[in-house]
Amino acid sequence: MKLTLQSDTLTWLDDRVGIETLKQLAQKKEVPLHRHTIWYYFGGMTLFLFAVQMITGVLLLFYYKPGAETAFESVQYIMADVRFGWLIRSIHSWSANLMIFTMFVHMFSVFLLKAYRAPRELTWVSGSLLFFIILGFGFSGYLLPWNKLAYFATKVGTEIAGVVPIIGQLVLRFLRGGDEVTGATLTRFYGLHVSVLPAITLLLLVAHILFVQRQGMSVPKKFESKKLPTMKFVPNFLLRDVLGWLLVFAALISLATIFPWELGEKADPFAPAPAGIKPEWFFLFMFQTLKLLPAKIGFMDGEVLGALAFGIGGMFWMLVPFLDRKAVNGKNHRLFTILGVIILLYIITMTVWGYLA
Amino acid sequence: MKEVVRLSADIHEAAGLSDNPKEIVPSSKQRRRFIDSLLLTSFSATFASIFYPIIKFLIPPQVVEASQASVVAGKLSELKANTGKIFKFGTKPGIIVKKASGEVCAFSATCTHLNCTVQYREDSQEIWCACHNGRYDLNGKNIAGPPPRPLEQFEVKVRGDEIFVSKG
Ligand code: FES
Repeated sequence: MKLTLQSDTLTWLDDRVGIETLKQLAQKKEVPLHRHTIWYYFGGMTLFLFAVQMITGVLLLFYYKPGAETAFESVQYIMADVRFGWLIRSIHSWSANLMIFTMFVHMFSVFLLKAYRAPRELTWVSGSLLFFIILGFGFSGYLLPWNKLAYFATKVGTEIAGVVPIIGQLVLRFLRGGDEVTGATLTRFYGLHVSVLPAITLLLLVAHILFVQRQGMSVPKKFESKKLPTMKFVPNFLLRDVLGWLLVFAALISLATIFPWELGEKADPFAPAPAGIKPEWFFLFMFQTLKLLPAKIGFMDGEVLGALAFGIGGMFWMLVPFLDRKAVNGKNHRLFTILGVIILLYIITMTVWGYLA
Repeated sequence: MKEVVRLSADIHEAAGLSDNPKEIVPSSKQRRRFIDSLLLTSFSATFASIFYPIIKFLIPPQVVEASQASVVAGKLSELKANTGKIFKFGTKPGIIVKKASGEVCAFSATCTHLNCTVQYREDSQEIWCACHNGRYDLNGKNIAGPPPRPLEQFEVKVRGDEIFVSKG
C-alpha cells in the first residue's frame, strides 16, 4: 500500500528527507500480541519519563546555581519565588523516581522473558549500560540541592567507591574533586548530571532503539513457533503507548502537586549525620546490605566485600546474554530464570526492610 | 587497517616506488609495514597527547592540609556535662564530649565506616553514627555496628576556660 503525500510541503520535504521511506518503515513495524504483550509498554514509558526529565531539567538550569554557597539558596528561590518553580522541581524529582521504577520493570521483564537471547545481546548490553547511567543520574542529581541528606548520602556513596582495592582512592578523589565532599564535588556532579551523562545517554539510547527497530519485538520462546496475531505499531500500538504515557503523566502531576518534593535543611559539613538517614529507595537494597554486613568478613572489611560483590554483580548482569549458554542457541535456561527471580526478590525484600528499619 | 594499507600503497605509487612491481614486492611490503608503524605511532602519540592532559585535568590537585597543631574547640563552662559538640579541626569535623563525670575527651568526628559525621547520644552515653547505626564508647572504641576501627583520639588540654584540642 503506497500512501500518497498530499500537500506540496510534504512532497518538498520528501524529496529532501525521504519521508516516504520512513513511512514505509513505520508501516512495516508490527507488534506481536500474546499474554505478555503488556511488558512491551515499559520501555516506551521509561523513554517518555526521560523526555520529561530533559524538559524539566533544562528549565531548572535557567535558575539553578551550582556551588556550596548558592545551590541550596537557588533551589529555595526556585521553590518559593519562581512561578511554578515548585511544580517544575517537584515534577523533575518525582519523574526521576518513576522513571527509575519503570526502568526496573522494563529490565526485569526483559530478563525474565529472556528477550536478551540471540541476536539481541547488544540490545541488552546497551540497556544495562543505560541502567547504570540512569542510576548515575539519580546519584549525581541527588546532591545538587545541597541539603543535609544529600550531603551525607554522597559522602557514604563516594566512600563506598573509595573502599574498592587499588583504584578506589583515585575514583574517590575523582568523584569528590578532592578528599572531602565539598563545593568542588557539587560542581563535578553538576557537570556530570547536566552534560556528560545526558550525552552518553543519548548515544546509548539511539543505539538501543535502533537495535530494537532492527530486530523487531522479541517474542517469548514458547510463543515463537505459534502464529501470533499482530498489531500495527503505527498507529494502533503507538496510540496505546500514548495512552499509557498520559496515565503516567497524570500520576506524575498528581504526585508532584499533592506531595511537593521537600528541600530539607542546607548541608553543613560540621553537623552530625541526622538520625534516620536513608538513601533514595533505588539504592536502599545496597544500603541495607552494607548495614547488615559485619565489620569484618574473614580478613576483609565488610563494606569492601559488599562493594566488590555489587560491582561483580553489575558486571554479571550486563554480560548475562553471553553467560547464559543456552540463550546463545536461542533456548531458555531454567537456571537464569531462577536467578532472576532470586535477584528480584532480594532487591524487593532488602528495599522493604531498609524502608521499615 | 585496510584503509591505512591502501593509503600507504598510494603513497608508494605517488613516490614512484613501485614502477617495477615484481622486483619490489618484498621490499615494498617492508616499506608498507614501516609506514604503517609510523602512522600507528603518530596516531597513538596524537591521542596520548590529547588524553594525557585531560585525564590529569580531571584528577583534582592535592590540597595541602593545614597541619594545625591545636584548635580551641570550645569553652569549658559552656559545655554541659553529658553532652557532646562538633567543632572544626582544620577542614574536618571533630567531636568533644563532656562525660557525665565532667571529664572532657575529643575525637575525630568522621565515622571510620563510611565517613558520616558522628554525634553524642546522651541517653546511652555513647558516640553514635546515624548512617548505619555504628556505635563507639567514650574511649572512641567501636563497640557495635559496622565501623571497623576506633575513632581517632585527640589530645585535650584545658587552659583557663578554653578547651584546646590537638592531634595526639
Ligand atoms: S558511616 Fe558511620 S556507621 Fe556507616
